[in-house]
Amino acid sequence: MKFVIVLIWAFILLFPMLGIEGGRFVWDRVLKVMAVITAAGMLVLIYHYFLKGLSFRPKTFDASTKHRPPRKLLIGLGVAGVLALPWIADNYTRDIAINVLIYISLGLGLNIVIGLAGLLDLGYIAFYAVGAYTYALLNTNFGVPFWLALPVGCVISAGVGGFIGYPTLKMRGDYLAIVTLGFGEIIRIVLNNWDSVTKGPNGILGIKAPGLFYPVVENGSIEFAHLYLKNLIWLYYLILAIAVLIMLAVYRLNTSRIGRAWMAVREDETAAELTGIHTTRMKLYAYMLGAIFAGFAGAFFAAKVRYVNPSSFIFLESALVLCIVVLGGMGSIRGIIIGAVAIIVLPEMFRGLALYRMAAFGGAMTAMMVFRPEGLLPAKRKAQEVEMERKIADTP
Amino acid sequence: MEVFFQQIINGLTLGSIYALIALGYTMVYGIIQLINFAHGEIFAAGGYIGVIVLSFMQARGVLDTHPFLGLLLAFVLAMIYCAFLAVALETVAYRPLRGASRLALLLSALGMSIFLSNGMMLAQGVYDKAYPHFFTSGGFEVGGVIVTNMQVFIIIGSVLLMIGLNLFVNRTRLGKAMRSTAQDRVMSAILGINANKTIVTTFVIGAVLAAAAGVMVGLYYGSVRFDMGFIPGIKAFSAAVLGGIGNLTGAMLGGMIIGMVEIFAAGYLASEYKDVFAFIILILVLYFRPTGIMGEQVDDTRV
Repeated sequence: MKFVIVLIWAFILLFPMLGIEGGRFVWDRVLKVMAVITAAGMLVLIYHYFLKGLSFRPKTFDASTKHRPPRKLLIGLGVAGVLALPWIADNYTRDIAINVLIYISLGLGLNIVIGLAGLLDLGYIAFYAVGAYTYALLNTNFGVPFWLALPVGCVISAGVGGFIGYPTLKMRGDYLAIVTLGFGEIIRIVLNNWDSVTKGPNGILGIKAPGLFYPVVENGSIEFAHLYLKNLIWLYYLILAIAVLIMLAVYRLNTSRIGRAWMAVREDETAAELTGIHTTRMKLYAYMLGAIFAGFAGAFFAAKVRYVNPSSFIFLESALVLCIVVLGGMGSIRGIIIGAVAIIVLPEMFRGLALYRMAAFGGAMTAMMVFRPEGLLPAKRKAQEVEMERKIADTP
Repeated sequence: MEVFFQQIINGLTLGSIYALIALGYTMVYGIIQLINFAHGEIFAAGGYIGVIVLSFMQARGVLDTHPFLGLLLAFVLAMIYCAFLAVALETVAYRPLRGASRLALLLSALGMSIFLSNGMMLAQGVYDKAYPHFFTSGGFEVGGVIVTNMQVFIIIGSVLLMIGLNLFVNRTRLGKAMRSTAQDRVMSAILGINANKTIVTTFVIGAVLAAAAGVMVGLYYGSVRFDMGFIPGIKAFSAAVLGGIGNLTGAMLGGMIIGMVEIFAAGYLASEYKDVFAFIILILVLYFRPTGIMGEQVDDTRV
């Protein structure tokens, strides 16, 4: 019965949008979509009535470890695979791999803000833009090399983050969401319109790739030769290094005093404050640190593409990074890697369905929150918490 | 001076539209403390239904014979559609998360917002959809200030809707239930007020107002787009915060102020930055007066 109501409801919502074109009714599109919805609903119903007893999730982890190959071997293979990837892949794959690593870096940065400190930042891409434009402007105007611009970009990103974060973080968490959303737009609009500096929508061309000095022995004396890392292989290793650095930082932060303070703030701000945590400062740290990592990724992005323009920093990008963090599992490094791979690689594989990409992500985000709020590969501590809450909720 | 008055008229028009959208945000926030990101998309859906209904009637020739009936029908159908949409939204994305963490609720709302705007893009295409021209073009002149029929219509229409809303919230039983649920959900549930029903009502009213605003924007600017809900959504939320979130009069006032500021800033300062000013106001409000102009006490216990 409920199912019929859902179908009628879906029809009411779909028909005006799909079925009326100009002065006539068009039925085939509506019927097609309705058929898909009906089929999906049937599957859910079948699952609901017949298969509910079956569990797909493994009950325990510890029993199965015996039969698995040793952990160290797996890690070794993984590391070797990641290191060898650019040598065995073609340029297209390398490019995607670099993109995945950029998004892993962004996801890890946003993970600090959302997953650890529990603050919703919807303008995260703004810091990415700040990093990218900082390097682009410093490089094209003053010839500042990548390695020098990187820390400068981080400082500027952190400064901007502090400026935006300070007033809002004193407030309740959800104001931050809307302020950051607005801020992301401000940055984009400014980049688009401040023609004298950012060259507006045309973007900045002619950014140099990151350079590297290496010693050459010539006629008995050592000279330093300069090499631009234009090659995708070099760029891959560079972003890999950045991503690993961020990963290590996040990993260490996770269990540090600050990390635990963030989690306390996330779970209960009042209680955290009462245990002596300076909550505003902790939230500001999280926000600024997230901004710094985004600045890193942004500077690299500018150096890789060697061209920046405002259309790379639209809201959809923020939403994409958010999807990575949410789908992968908030607070978990593994989850974010999986999330980034899924969200960047899957659309590449199904090019024909590119139009449906964002709609699917949006739907997946809501579905995730409703059915599995801890994400695909949740952080262990978070998973335990969720499990705990379920148990409490289940006890009558 | 004429320019100044012209700007006031333009500002009032834009402000009433923002106010209508802001009311939906502020009511939903007042009752379940959620920034309903999908509200902007409901507004856009209203605009789309308006254009679909009007062009349907134009193609059938009804619009030429009964223009006002057609307009009324467009508004009513858009409102009904958006009410259905809002109920679906609340049932699917928000109700299962009652009692979950606020971050989960917020992410769910954002997911729906992305889903709806892209869904509209898939259904209606990427490009602008033009409204049929009919009585949008006329106007009159008062002392050098040109007032179009459309502007008069929008301002009067929104004022009527707002008066209706005020009557509803303050005079009816359902309005009373809404106010009491907003104040203390648990207590009012104990007193026998159905919280879910009240929350759905709130969503529906917000959606109806947003739908009206959507059709008005479509008529005023002549076209709608799938992502048109995004920026007005943020601005309307800024208006709600400016007025004091949870406060209906505040939202109306805030909407008017945001509209005025935007028009004047565009007219006298820099038109390409007109979208920035609403956000700057939002940030300034949060710096100096987080409770907004008409702000009631917002203490942490309600979080």
